[in-house]
Amino acid sequence: MITSFLLKSFDRTVIVAVGIILGLGLLIPALNLLTAPDHPLHVPTYLVSLFGKYLTYALLALALDLVWGFCGILSLGHAAFFALGGYAMGMYLMRQIGARGSYGNPLLPDFMVFLNWKELPWFWYGFDMFWFAALMVVLVPGLLAFVFGWFAFRSRVNGVYLSIITQAMTFALLLAFFRNDMGFGGNNGLTDFKDILGFNIQADGTRAALFAASAVALAAALVMTSGMVRSKYGKILVGVRDAESRTRFLGYRVEHFKLFAFTVSAMMAGVAGALYVPQVGIINPGEFEPGNSIEVVIWTAVGGRGTLIGPIIGAILVNGGKSIFTAAFPEFWLFALGGLFVLVTLFLPRGIVGTAQAWRAKRKEYRKAADDEAVKGMAAAEPLAAE
Amino acid sequence: MLTRLAYRSFQSLLVTFCLLITVFATDLRAQDDLRAMVDALGEGSFAKTVEQVEALARTGDPKIVPALEALAAGDLYQRNSDKQVFLTRTAGGTLTLVDPLTGEEVGTEAASALTKIRVNNSLRRAVRTALGGLTLMSPDAGVRLQAAQTMLRSPSADALEQVETALAAETNANVKPVLERARAAALLVSDRPDDEKKAAVAVIGNAGGQDALSLLSAALASADDNLRPDIEAAISSIKERQALWSVGQNVWYGLSLGSVLLLAAIGLAITFGVMGIINMAHGEMVMLGAYTTFVVQEVIRTSFPGLFDWSLAIALPLAFLVTGAVGLAIERGVIRFLYGRPLETLLATWGISLILQQAVRSIFGPTNREVGNPSWMSGAFELGGLTVTWNRLWIIVFALAVFTALLFLLKKTPMGLQMRAVTQNRRMASSMGIRTPWVDALTFALGSGIAGIAGVALSQIDNVSPNLGQGYIIDSFMVVVFGGVGNLWGTLVGAFTLGILNKFLEPYAGAVLGKILVLVLIILFIQKRPRGLFALKGRAVEA
Repeated sequence: MITSFLLKSFDRTVIVAVGIILGLGLLIPALNLLTAPDHPLHVPTYLVSLFGKYLTYALLALALDLVWGFCGILSLGHAAFFALGGYAMGMYLMRQIGARGSYGNPLLPDFMVFLNWKELPWFWYGFDMFWFAALMVVLVPGLLAFVFGWFAFRSRVNGVYLSIITQAMTFALLLAFFRNDMGFGGNNGLTDFKDILGFNIQADGTRAALFAASAVALAAALVMTSGMVRSKYGKILVGVRDAESRTRFLGYRVEHFKLFAFTVSAMMAGVAGALYVPQVGIINPGEFEPGNSIEVVIWTAVGGRGTLIGPIIGAILVNGGKSIFTAAFPEFWLFALGGLFVLVTLFLPRGIVGTAQAWRAKRKEYRKAADDEAVKGMAAAEPLAAE
Repeated sequence: MLTRLAYRSFQSLLVTFCLLITVFATDLRAQDDLRAMVDALGEGSFAKTVEQVEALARTGDPKIVPALEALAAGDLYQRNSDKQVFLTRTAGGTLTLVDPLTGEEVGTEAASALTKIRVNNSLRRAVRTALGGLTLMSPDAGVRLQAAQTMLRSPSADALEQVETALAAETNANVKPVLERARAAALLVSDRPDDEKKAAVAVIGNAGGQDALSLLSAALASADDNLRPDIEAAISSIKERQALWSVGQNVWYGLSLGSVLLLAAIGLAITFGVMGIINMAHGEMVMLGAYTTFVVQEVIRTSFPGLFDWSLAIALPLAFLVTGAVGLAIERGVIRFLYGRPLETLLATWGISLILQQAVRSIFGPTNREVGNPSWMSGAFELGGLTVTWNRLWIIVFALAVFTALLFLLKKTPMGLQMRAVTQNRRMASSMGIRTPWVDALTFALGSGIAGIAGVALSQIDNVSPNLGQGYIIDSFMVVVFGGVGNLWGTLVGAFTLGILNKFLEPYAGAVLGKILVLVLIILFIQKRPRGLFALKGRAVEA
């Protein structure tokens, strides 16, 4: 069954994309670790982390694309799932610091000592174990998405309303995580990490491994979503996107299909967040900003919603542009980003990949039509013209 | 409330006036007489002095009050050389002499050149009676009121009889209740029978307020069992009333927050509610309105300082025009290509909001800009147990005025009719000869313009910075969605409900948690009623 799932998942584009992602996951760490710093092909460590960050963003965009591109749910809460995954990982990394914090408390993270807390809050238990943290990375965003989606989809909140209440959810979480009493470090968030799984988080080898892990996660997610959207389930998902009422009238429980996609997508976002945090070295409530969620939407839109590799390309292009722009002309980045939003929605509604696919399909049709004409001669031309 | 304020200022005017009259009208002869009487305070035995004090009291002249006060406090001295009497202020080894009647400094003397006028208890009592009588019986109602209030604040059993005489003679309706309370307060600390004390407790209990509470608590400490239940009942009734006032205060804060939400959301009720455009740049329209106010005030400050109180009136139409024009440009330039694709309008308008923010940041700088309050919007006044600030009051009035104007425009004007027609059935409206594209553009411009004038009002209570709009966008959407899309009344009810709810949650949950709770409640509410409080009915909604 798994093999048939895998076989079905692989169309040519996805195979190529997975190949490229895994190849990069090998190549870049290798160039970083195996070449001398003055070698022309050497990739400095900061670039490895930067590219690793892009890969986690790409995973986040892919997660959004699963619900927005294939199911028509425009979630403005994906940054929240991303940040929750990040916080779960951050909590593990905080616990790993142990007695090496500035206050030297073996159990409590620094900010709790600073706030005069005497014992660890119950929700911090277990985060000293990696497997528990890794479980939480998918469980917490997944559970939130499940509960939220359960209520929202059952009451048929959709379209714009759903977008607005997901934004409200994100905003509520933003406010909550800013509170010191919550026990997540207030507005400073979690930072000053030392180790992950016993390896120094600053070391080149760890950075390279994290990059490789991000690449593997992205490739796995790509295979999984590809399998999902190419299965029967995926076809119904697209049906929900294009004609929700009609799909319901055909006897499908639309809300179950949506809920499943939404929950899986939130889990993917959580994984992306968990991979993001050790590479960036900090997680703070700013990640919940409603603006961040909307930015994810634009990555997906630029690359092409409803295509699988579109969001990956979009996330990498937009963030690469952001890195270059904010360094070269900091004043103009918001102009550029804002302009991108407007121009893409106006002139490139299908995104880069979507437009390319449409163009290719048209050319193929045109060529096929030309072939048909050649075969059938003048007789076939008439019905075509009538069409 | 207002009458009380007016009365206060009138009162102080009256006092000043009376003082002036006394100064000018009292002729020198009377001054000399008084002088002689004050000097006589230094002569003879205690009994003699008591007589002098009583004689002074009979003159009823308020000028002798400082001298009597000084006598009771032991600050009245007689100069050995000429037997004149002075008030004194100690300054090192010497004493500064002050004329007891005029209050002027007349020189210094060594302490040895002066004799202190000695006082005993009977003399002190005489002085206090004289003083109380002087002020309580003063012909000036303002002075009497002040005296009664002083007595109320520091009641003494000794003064009881004077207060009672004064009360019997009192006719002024403003002074009388205070005097009654002063009498009750004095009675509580006196050794009168319990029946009278019970009546006094009732009087104070009815008056209410923090003062009454502390009076009663003090009385409770020394009360006997007979009186105790009465006092406790009075205290609890006062506390209940205070709790009621604090509810009132919360309602007021809630109304104030609600009016801010209404202002922020009302433009969105047009662009999102009526037209269905998810206008993420709405907050930036508010911000542009606020910056227009800033520019207007800058110009006024540098060129026409006299017009400052008019700055908001000038800024209003300008803000409407500026943001309306920007809105028109956005609609014509971007949004009209995206009708029917609501989620993509969301993205495009978000992009526009980023551009507008950065533009304002580049032009005006990233920091807060100073927008001043005109004089009629600053300050506060008391209303019963409430403190009401003028700017909050004006913003409530303004929000309701904007709401009414908009309602009128939509329901009673040809333009409003066309707007409603286009939003209800575009093709039919078009067939009837309405130029739907222009109606769209003008409706969007109207919504943006309203956001702009909201910005003028919000500039008075918020920081004017490029991020101003970001703070309102989520709240505005919540209000419109909660109230029900396409219904202005829903926006009104939604704004005030959320405002009051927020302020009632705040004391229990704290500001941030209160806000989180409100957001969660809205999310749950949307599950129950996906179309908001006042949902539009009919098939058109599903489209």
